[in-house]
Amino acid sequence: MNVFKPIRLAALATAIAVGAMLPAKADEQFFPLQSYRVGPYAAGGTGFFGGFIDYLNLINIRDGGVNGVKLTWDEGETQYEVERGVEVYERLKNRPGVAAWNPLSVGIAYAMIDRITKDKVPLITINHGRTDSTDGRVFPYVFPLLLNPYSETSGIVNYIATREGGADKLKGKKIVVLYHGSPYGKETIPIYKLLADKYGFDLEQIEVPHPGNEQQSQWLSIRRAKADYVVLRGWGVMNPVALKTAQKVGFPVDHIIGNVWSNSEEDVIPAGDAAKGYVAITTQASGAEYPVLQEVIKTVYGAGKGNLDDKKRIGSVYHNLGIVNGILNVEAIRIAQAKFGQRTLTGDEVRWGFEHLQLDAARVEALGAKGLFHSINVTWDNHEGDGRVTFQQWDGAKWKVVSDWIAPDWAFLRPIIEKSSAAYAAEHNIKIRTSDDTPVGQ
Amino acid sequence: MNKSVPALSTKANWLTPGRVGVAVLLVIAYGIIPFAGSEYVLDAILTPFLALALAAVGLNVLTGYAGQVSLGSAAFLAVGAYAAYNFNLRFPELPFLVSLLLAGLVAAVVGLVFGLPSLRLRGFYLAVSTLAAQFFVQWALTKFGWFSNDNPSGVIDAPTLTIAGIPFAGAARRYVFSITIVLIATFLTVRLLGSQSGRNFIAVRDHEIAAKVIGVPLLRTKLLAFGVSSFLIGVAGVLWAFAYLRTVEPAGFNLDRSFQILFIIIIGGLASIRGSFLGAAFIVVFPLLLSRLGAALLGNLFDSGVLEMSQRIVIGGLIIGLLIAEPRGLIALVDRLSAKALLKLRRPERAPIQL
Repeated sequence: MNVFKPIRLAALATAIAVGAMLPAKADEQFFPLQSYRVGPYAAGGTGFFGGFIDYLNLINIRDGGVNGVKLTWDEGETQYEVERGVEVYERLKNRPGVAAWNPLSVGIAYAMIDRITKDKVPLITINHGRTDSTDGRVFPYVFPLLLNPYSETSGIVNYIATREGGADKLKGKKIVVLYHGSPYGKETIPIYKLLADKYGFDLEQIEVPHPGNEQQSQWLSIRRAKADYVVLRGWGVMNPVALKTAQKVGFPVDHIIGNVWSNSEEDVIPAGDAAKGYVAITTQASGAEYPVLQEVIKTVYGAGKGNLDDKKRIGSVYHNLGIVNGILNVEAIRIAQAKFGQRTLTGDEVRWGFEHLQLDAARVEALGAKGLFHSINVTWDNHEGDGRVTFQQWDGAKWKVVSDWIAPDWAFLRPIIEKSSAAYAAEHNIKIRTSDDTPVGQ
Repeated sequence: MNKSVPALSTKANWLTPGRVGVAVLLVIAYGIIPFAGSEYVLDAILTPFLALALAAVGLNVLTGYAGQVSLGSAAFLAVGAYAAYNFNLRFPELPFLVSLLLAGLVAAVVGLVFGLPSLRLRGFYLAVSTLAAQFFVQWALTKFGWFSNDNPSGVIDAPTLTIAGIPFAGAARRYVFSITIVLIATFLTVRLLGSQSGRNFIAVRDHEIAAKVIGVPLLRTKLLAFGVSSFLIGVAGVLWAFAYLRTVEPAGFNLDRSFQILFIIIIGGLASIRGSFLGAAFIVVFPLLLSRLGAALLGNLFDSGVLEMSQRIVIGGLIIGLLIAEPRGLIALVDRLSAKALLKLRRPERAPIQL
């Protein structure tokens, strides 16, 4: 008897302590953040999660939350490593009121697909992720919002076409894709081939082994191939090295087109002069002149609650991506609240919100984000939401938008995506959804 | 009295502290943890701990016992994971346990091939040549889409574990599966190390020429060490991919992972099976505990990045301190402390006799 007494006491004490730590039953919506502020990709992680947190803070301070439901979050450091991301997932998934997961890492996202599908919580992979998860019929809980890798590829080719004066002018042109030697880099190899067949341009795809700090031979091959355009599908240190090496071999920098992970200040500033004139794709413009950014500066940074240590990074590419990600998450909650009530929602209810996340140009303007991003139109079977892309040119000090909002060729891409998702469904015995009326909580 | 003594002593022989300890651990591992452990403890701490501990046992056979340094462990993990995935995918009628064994065998064959240089190279030179395995395997898995069933990004999704028609889907079941495999593999390894082959390993490690002179077959012994070691690491890779992450990309098996496993056996204790487990606990579990502690105490003052960096400093300092205090690893430290504790426990009994 006496043996168990201390154990009982300890259990009691723990129960009381845990009870005291749990938040009071006020309505809150929780964002578990698998952030990375340490390690090789810290530049992206601090910018993106900084922007995301800044926007959540703005909603809390300015509006008192979403219709009175306060937004909360907790960070777990992943260093961009899959194992750490999974550990953070397991640790935070049982918190009350989890809204959505936003890992910003292809590897972590892949590891989470099974888990979040079982737990019925949405997984947001803005601008990246698994291309075929666009197909909401097979991946009900995964949302590669705004841009998946195939749309990105199509957007880049369409942009090159407009620069040449039309898609018919692509015939006979030589495009070289310089890609990072990783799963991420290789993901678009087949789609470039398909587009080359469709438009009749010559294509050469050259791999740069990770991490890519030596590219002399690749750029000499580009020179020999007499490339008209080089698409830089880089990551991290590979990008500035590519720009510097291009300058060395005399390839014109304004004919290098960066993809969506080669488009940040962190990619061009280390290249110095060599980056001046470089063009890259983006889904969200950079700069702090947009009303929503101004409010973040005034309300959040003014209150000393800003997340970025270096205020010069406000309005940078990654920071603005975090802001846009914040807008999309918050609006999905707002849309779901309109249907389910102004309270803490379950993950499945938030999923419904994302599946009805339709923000037209007027709504985007009302949110103070006109020009920051174009629009989004997510439906139950299209989880990407037809995001538009734009192209920005580095002038040596900042990015300047140099194109309209360009639409990728979704109609061409959709059958390819459906083929891939059907294969996944067969492999995993998933029943393909046939309509959007999947009841929440089923 | 005369009669009772032999009876007592046989009982005492059978009931060694080691065996009692193993029995207690078994009861805890099977009787308590699967029921009491939360999903977080099972899925995020214990399963990766078990997989890495098995990998460390495998590397310990090669490095600790047979004295062949290897930096290619992550490659064999990857071979095991991808082989099991492919057996499972291409021969769906194979029971999973057979796929697991075959995956271990494939890893063993790859290990044998990369073990061949050990016949001519030693020490650092061998370590560098095993790096070839590390880079080659990762390159091959990324280069040839066949290995990942032509998934464009080279990532594979492991299907649900199913043994004899029973799906091992929950965290507790995956844990039970992992610990069973790890215990069986560890038991067989201990038996092997106690046999003539195990003694040959040690002879080769301690003095290769002397071993050769007394008739230890060098070629067979070294290749056996590479084969067994790679087999175990390959099986650990299957656990890593199927029971723990349930998705794998080649980049997850990089050189860092190889170093991690090497550090586990150095910190835990070379040539010690228990040391492999202790080392794995130190490398896998301890940082998480420290991280939780840091977040609980200082989480409001610093952001997660600063906390992460300071944990690295603490762990680095601990490793240096530990290796200075006990170069033979955690296991030697534990043994010394437990011997002292046992001595203290016994002293009161002896005291009256001395008087």
